[in-house]
Amino acid sequence: MSVWLVFLFSGLITYAIRLSFIVLVDHKRMAPWLRRALRFIPPAVLTAIIFPELLLRDGALFVSHENARLLAGLLAALVAWRTRSALLTIAVGMLALWLIQWLL
Amino acid sequence: MLPVLVGVIPFAMIYAVLALDAGLTPGQSQAMSAIVFAGSAQIVMTQLVRLDTPGLVIILTVGIINLRHVLYSASMAPYLQPLKRGWKWLLAYLLTDEAYVVTAVYYQNSEPVYSESRAGQGGAPAGEAGNDIRYWFLFGAGFSLWLSWQLSTAAGIFLGAVLPTSWSLDFTLALTFIALVVPNLRDRASVAAALAAGLIAVLAFNLPYKLGLMIAMLAGIGLGLWVEGRE
Repeated sequence: MSVWLVFLFSGLITYAIRLSFIVLVDHKRMAPWLRRALRFIPPAVLTAIIFPELLLRDGALFVSHENARLLAGLLAALVAWRTRSALLTIAVGMLALWLIQWLL
Repeated sequence: MLPVLVGVIPFAMIYAVLALDAGLTPGQSQAMSAIVFAGSAQIVMTQLVRLDTPGLVIILTVGIINLRHVLYSASMAPYLQPLKRGWKWLLAYLLTDEAYVVTAVYYQNSEPVYSESRAGQGGAPAGEAGNDIRYWFLFGAGFSLWLSWQLSTAAGIFLGAVLPTSWSLDFTLALTFIALVVPNLRDRASVAAALAAGLIAVLAFNLPYKLGLMIAMLAGIGLGLWVEGRE
């Protein structure tokens, strides 16, 4: 499938979701399980991306003190937990990654 | 509103840098911002493109990530019900996380605003729901966010073209998501959802067609529901 088709359909599915209840006549009905499930989407989606980024290298498990991304990621998680600041989390995480890569 | 507009700038720039890094052209990177117009989904898409994920899996993954927008759609629906179709379709396109949050707060803290000049139009007398003009707030918030997102994407494309790849800037993907997820792990059910999704994503990473990500997300959501149901 061409990149453009993937973009088009990804955009259409996103648009359809945003449009859904706005154009439906009976806008008050949403299945209760769906309403409950929605709040778990961000933690599940985000962590499913984060874990492989930190724990894998070339598709294989890489848990070691030499894994700079894992160490920097853990530090960033600590910063995010204590400060709740996105920009500070990203800044500390990048600086930590560069520092650890330079040290190793 | 201004902090929100400024807040999306670094995310759009990070997206654009990651998009170029994943091999997308500047034109494709900018187009994705206009066509999909959803920050975290776009950032995940760059990762999936980088991993040569089949198109169908990318589209379905985007659908799952953006499913949370049905909540926004349902929440805005009663306010937008009297509007003409064109307005509904336009406002739905602009209904992002940020636009929804500021508009929902605005609707909750304000009384209906009626326009004198529009009184009587569309058959609705002045003072009835059909003449509530507060939808202009959603348009203003949505459109300014859209503009901020497109311009910041363009700035990120320029930046991404000059930054060396040796800087490991792809790591901003993980960092951005860490910054988004950690402050929101407030109860056992969401922690369970996050841990399950993360661990399964690692275990299932080498599944064919990169299906592991989708399976992990669904399993995490399922476990979150189960833990919440038990409590």
